Amino acid sequence: MEIIFETLGLAESAHLLSLSPPGWGGNLLRGLANSLQIAFGAFGFGLLIGLFGAYGKLYGGVVLRDLLAVYTTVIRAVPELVLILILYYVGTDLINKVSGAMGYGRVEISGVVAGIWVLGVVQGAYATEVLRGAIQAVPAGQIEAARAYGMPPLMLLRRVTIPAMMSFATPGLANLWLIATKDTALLAIVGFSELTLETRQAAASTRAYFTFFLAAGALYLIVTLCSGAVFARIEKWARRGQPSLKGAGR
Amino acid sequence: MIPFRALMQPHRLVMLALLLAVVIWCALALRWDWIPEYAPLALEGLWRTIWILVVTCVLGFLLAIPLGLAQAIGPWYLSAPARIFCTVIRGTPLLLQIWLLYYGLGSLFPQIPWIRGSELWPYLRQAWPYAVLALTLSYAGYEGEVMRGAFSSVNKGQLEAANAFGMPRFTMFRRIWLPQAIRNVLPTLGGETILQLKATPLVATITVVELYAVSSRVRSDTFIVYEPLILLAVFYMIIAGGIALLFRRFENQVPG
Repeated sequence: MEIIFETLGLAESAHLLSLSPPGWGGNLLRGLANSLQIAFGAFGFGLLIGLFGAYGKLYGGVVLRDLLAVYTTVIRAVPELVLILILYYVGTDLINKVSGAMGYGRVEISGVVAGIWVLGVVQGAYATEVLRGAIQAVPAGQIEAARAYGMPPLMLLRRVTIPAMMSFATPGLANLWLIATKDTALLAIVGFSELTLETRQAAASTRAYFTFFLAAGALYLIVTLCSGAVFARIEKWARRGQPSLKGAGR
Repeated sequence: MIPFRALMQPHRLVMLALLLAVVIWCALALRWDWIPEYAPLALEGLWRTIWILVVTCVLGFLLAIPLGLAQAIGPWYLSAPARIFCTVIRGTPLLLQIWLLYYGLGSLFPQIPWIRGSELWPYLRQAWPYAVLALTLSYAGYEGEVMRGAFSSVNKGQLEAANAFGMPRFTMFRRIWLPQAIRNVLPTLGGETILQLKATPLVATITVVELYAVSSRVRSDTFIVYEPLILLAVFYMIIAGGIALLFRRFENQVPG
């Protein structure tokens, strides 16, 4: 192993990236774990918002529909970076006001929770649109049939709407997940130690910029490619039982 | 745009009134006394944001055409590199790409004597060439993928007809293939351009003073947190609205 690195001229890089303390590999992996944790949380939170948002947009009253339209339009027109700062300050201010009113004093908010809250609200706007489109693509007759049988709304959601819309929603949700993983990098700017910030610190203290940024890029790329494969399987599973369109339309 | 009649419904009138009340409250209760001092800087930042956006979109799109063409019909030795480029650009965060170019190339160039001695060195010492390069490559990567779909979705019969008339290949590309491909993806391109606008504040992290950097400066100078951010968000919404209108005008020019 050593000899291979030696001959390729990569010995120094391998040394810098090694997992034990003189190398920075451990820090990068810790950053990656943080990034993934936030991405998972934000994606889940965003899906939750998206589901309620989509229901509100489709079945809600006029006021709710207009409010949701404002939410999705504003979030999608303002840069994520600006939103992250605004939501970060608003979130910490609100929590401190509440805890102050209840007599607890200042609360330190963990970076993970703040990151999930901030990115989740952003993801929610996109998820609302994706899920709304997917629900609309479900033939209305299926939902009406379930209602006619007197299915309660939650069971209808669980048994009819969600399974039927999955195949329409998966491509959009796959995109959203990729955006979530890449948007975690923006949290570096508010000083949260995820992969990109860890990388920059490692690079700045060793001055081996290319080594570390390329390594981090490779880590992100691995995550992207793996999740592409996972989502392809999910889509295949969601489409089970649907007739294949291969060869149609010729 | 929302037609005037649709705005005149009672609940919308109430919401507009509430919005107006919030705006008036913001104008009166929040601090805006810093605006005159920072207005010239903000205008400069706005101008820089817009020209970075325009330059990177134009250059990125010019780069995306060969990338899309290579992926759509190119031989494997052209399509494979193009596909890898698009995958890598789309698979890694833009912030990481910007920092890789700025800190990586920026620390590499001074070690090479002929670059230090060249005419370009005064520019390479500044931050904006790296910002423009990173944003251009990013736009090219995303648009390359869009153009791949666009080129392969053009009706084959049209190209065959052009061929049958003996049209030279480049003329066929310029007159038939490219216009139809662009026309098909105009709505997507509009969305992507707004995404590019939303990516421009990232270059503030490598000391390019654009709109976002000005608001950060205001925040750190005066310790006013919300007001500059709100104003900044409003500015971005206006620019995004402008881009949407511009693309709608392009789309309307296309005969349906």
